[in-house]
Amino acid sequence: MTLLDEFQLFLKTLGWPDWAYYSVPALTGIVIIVAAVLTIVIVFIWWERRLLGRFQIRLGPNRCGPEGIFQPIATAVKILLKEDIVPAKADKVVHFIAPIAVFVPVLMVFAVIPFDKAAILVDLNVGAIYIIAISSLSMLAIFMAAWASCNKYSLIAGLRAIAQMVSYELPVVMSLVGVAMMASSLSMVKIVEAQTLPFILLQPLGCLIFFLGSLAEMNRCPFDLLEADSEIVAGYHTEYSGMKFALFYLGEYGVAFVYAAVITTLFLSGWQGPFLPPVLWFLIKVFLVFTLILWMRATLPRLRVDQLMTFAWKFMLPMSLINLIVVAIEILLVPASLQWVMIVINFGLAAVLILLFSRMFTFGGGRVEV
Amino acid sequence: MKFEHYGLGIAKGMALTFEHLFRKPITVQYPEEKLHTSKRIRGNELVWFPDKCTGCGTCTKACPQGNILLVTHRSEPNRFIVDKFECDTGRCIFCGLCVESCPYNALAMGLKYECAKYRRGDFILNKEKLTASENHRPSAYFRPQFDADLPAQSLLLYDREEGGQKLKFLPLSTRKRGPGA
Repeated sequence: MTLLDEFQLFLKTLGWPDWAYYSVPALTGIVIIVAAVLTIVIVFIWWERRLLGRFQIRLGPNRCGPEGIFQPIATAVKILLKEDIVPAKADKVVHFIAPIAVFVPVLMVFAVIPFDKAAILVDLNVGAIYIIAISSLSMLAIFMAAWASCNKYSLIAGLRAIAQMVSYELPVVMSLVGVAMMASSLSMVKIVEAQTLPFILLQPLGCLIFFLGSLAEMNRCPFDLLEADSEIVAGYHTEYSGMKFALFYLGEYGVAFVYAAVITTLFLSGWQGPFLPPVLWFLIKVFLVFTLILWMRATLPRLRVDQLMTFAWKFMLPMSLINLIVVAIEILLVPASLQWVMIVINFGLAAVLILLFSRMFTFGGGRVEV
Repeated sequence: MKFEHYGLGIAKGMALTFEHLFRKPITVQYPEEKLHTSKRIRGNELVWFPDKCTGCGTCTKACPQGNILLVTHRSEPNRFIVDKFECDTGRCIFCGLCVESCPYNALAMGLKYECAKYRRGDFILNKEKLTASENHRPSAYFRPQFDADLPAQSLLLYDREEGGQKLKFLPLSTRKRGPGA
């Protein structure tokens, strides 16, 4: 029973009319989730800018408020005040809808993310499928943005983005299937409850593939070539300005938060942890995953397009298939009391597989060794 | 088998960036912290020494912009009194030719570099504003006699004696010229 269900029952005992005790808790939950997500996204933006600064021996934004914490708010106000330019030949309606269509799925995913056992908007029994389905929606929105801009460079960037996202969707889903099999449920709450040991220990390879795949899905370094800050202007949202651009920007960080939260739920045992309250544990883990993403951004150079595709189709996909088969066999053969055997086998297997697969294929038709 | 190709290279890179977190930031918080410029900066606003100036007008002829206005009258034989000495820093290109051409060392470049104004008219500086004073000091450009009084240039440099990990504000003159420098 979630907190919202309890709230609903409480209203029912107060004798509220049917429509009120149904809609009021739902709206309350949605408002809380949206507010929390936006606040955390703002904190993430600040954290990214500060930490990236420190990685580059700079200070980062430090003037606006204590330690520059209000800098994202100042930036948001600045962006709100900017002129909203729509290209003359743009498809005005689609151009207007696209940024909203990017941002809404990000918020929708949080409906099934458990911040705590009870702190979840709705515990769907197909939560994992819901997440995959909804987060794929932003792909459509990106294509809408690229198409409606009436700009060939935007369109090329949009097509690239979609090629990248479709390619990386497969290994991500495959590694998610492994988790669902091990937890024998698709409900996010049940997946977390099944993790007496975090699944990162039981499926290191699956976790690695999911992490890298989600990096590509959220267009983060080292897979951010379609909106490479240092090389091209912006990719598919070249023609956007003002509030619409801000929505794309927020959406990007929102997706980063979504995938950090999903990785936490699927592989890092979600809200579970000693001493601290569960919500805090969840946020700490999300924060650590996001920091790891930042750390990779500060370190790794960008991949080329062909390298990106090769990595998805020749490396991640076969690896995730093998991982899936191995996990399935292990679930059948290894008794639950012998989980440490599974950990040893899987870590060994992950190391061997990565070595073998790196040797088996080379990028760029053998010109570049990997 | 080189493990650099199988993820060790990435791990090394990650370790390197992690070390960067603990180094001192090189950021200069500009309005509060300022570095000393080069002693020989061709800075903004000419510095004029009225007692040395004879009003010969060599500087006005040397100026490629035609930027210096000099009006004099003769008071006694072989003596000019300077009525007007004006310079438009908005048009000045800081070539330093006026300073180099002055036969009596009466002109020097300034030390300042932050002279933005709200009005174009404010750029035109008259005799009083150009005269050398405590707040209006000359740089050592083409005037080596001022060199000793000026603060040494400070640069943000790696402190090599401490393993290159910490950054310090070091005056340029104390920098050690090692084999790597």
